[in-house]
Amino acid sequence: MLRPRIIPCLLIHEGGLVKTEKFKNPKYVGDPINAVKIFNEKEADELVVLDIDATANSAEPDYKVIADLAAECRMPLCYGGGVRSPEQAKRIIGLGVEKVAISAAAISDPGLVARVAEAVGRQSVVVVLDVRKRSGLFGKGYELCTHNAQKTHKLDPIAFARQMQEAGAGEIVINSVDRDGEMKGYDLELAARFRVELGVPVTFLGGAGSHQDIADLFQTCGVVGAAAGSLFVFKGQYRAVLINYPTPAQKDLICSVVRKPI
Amino acid sequence: MITIINYGLGNIGAFVNMYKRMNVTTRIAARPEELVDASHVILPGVGAFDHAMQLLNASGMREPLDEMVRMQKVPVLGICVGMQILAESSEEGSERGLGWIPGRVRGFARCAKSAGLPLPHMGWNDVSPAAGCPLFHGLEADARFYFLHSFFFECANSGDAAATSSYGLDFSCAVQHERVFGVQFHPEKSHHWGEALLKNFAAL
Repeated sequence: MLRPRIIPCLLIHEGGLVKTEKFKNPKYVGDPINAVKIFNEKEADELVVLDIDATANSAEPDYKVIADLAAECRMPLCYGGGVRSPEQAKRIIGLGVEKVAISAAAISDPGLVARVAEAVGRQSVVVVLDVRKRSGLFGKGYELCTHNAQKTHKLDPIAFARQMQEAGAGEIVINSVDRDGEMKGYDLELAARFRVELGVPVTFLGGAGSHQDIADLFQTCGVVGAAAGSLFVFKGQYRAVLINYPTPAQKDLICSVVRKPI
Repeated sequence: MITIINYGLGNIGAFVNMYKRMNVTTRIAARPEELVDASHVILPGVGAFDHAMQLLNASGMREPLDEMVRMQKVPVLGICVGMQILAESSEEGSERGLGWIPGRVRGFARCAKSAGLPLPHMGWNDVSPAAGCPLFHGLEADARFYFLHSFFFECANSGDAAATSSYGLDFSCAVQHERVFGVQFHPEKSHHWGEALLKNFAAL
């Protein structure tokens, strides 16, 4: 049967690996290549690497760094950060990356996802949506944001995710801004809503603090992707940096909650 | 020498790196003259069926590969779309395939049993090898591989199915006809299971 995926998500900032909290306060946790080597040894299901400077600084993707990561990575790799054209996506796939993630540019340029899917095939196109609970007295539901949550958009997140799926996204990653770095569990209500609305594979990011949190996500949503940052780079209550990943036995246990195999 | 066909599709570097770790030398062929000395051929591929066939036809390597595979019986391993183009045709496009293994490529979306499932079929799935396929020699019973696809190979002769996997329906995730092999999953991204499979292919 198809298994749910457990995916470390690594953030790159100023050349180093960092972890944020609610998209702020990046804390240096190590060297990206070294982290990839460790996840190779631990046989992680997949890896997501996001360059959090590229879009914010209007910079090109750093092709040298991507090439180095792809050469080292022995599991499927998804790269995101600063991708806003089919040419860039094609170049990144050519470096040996399986999937390219598009976030801010998918919102500012609604035709982009279709053009990228045309260039590299929809199986290699991932749309990452940063989603936050609306705040304020009359706040209700969720809103979409970009640029490390500095910009918010009026679009309905679920309607927009469906639009991206129609346009050619092969996977949608829902990144919960409020849960980022909190390590108190996924937003299961949000996850369940996206899961039923979408017909492409969905991955959730933001909030995982334990293996049980991942199992809870799988129990709620079935075969989906569970991505996590803090959980796989920190250990213990003092958040000491220690790259970790479930062992095969732990992984079997986490995935055993999925009762309905595909 | 193990020769990896570079016709503009697929993760060539990943195969080179995997074999380097096993101390097996490889060669990348982008032109017909680079096919000489090929003891084994790896045919990678991602994306659409027609695009893959068009690129391979334009590479100038199609005819020499046909000769090597059909006449000289050089072992070949097609990966993902590189496996699908071993068939005669695909529901995904209108180009003719290589036809090295009788069969056609079908879409999960058009099959009643898999139509409602998320597509592409993405992630790690169990693989049940048929007895005797040398690619799976020595692999553990719980071997699993990484998949990323929406179309699958339907063999004309059931004896060519070398392994099955399940996604709504059982499909041939590996095929073999004499010395022609194909796998739908990505051994180059499937950790030690993929490494074992690539090692088995190199040992043929």
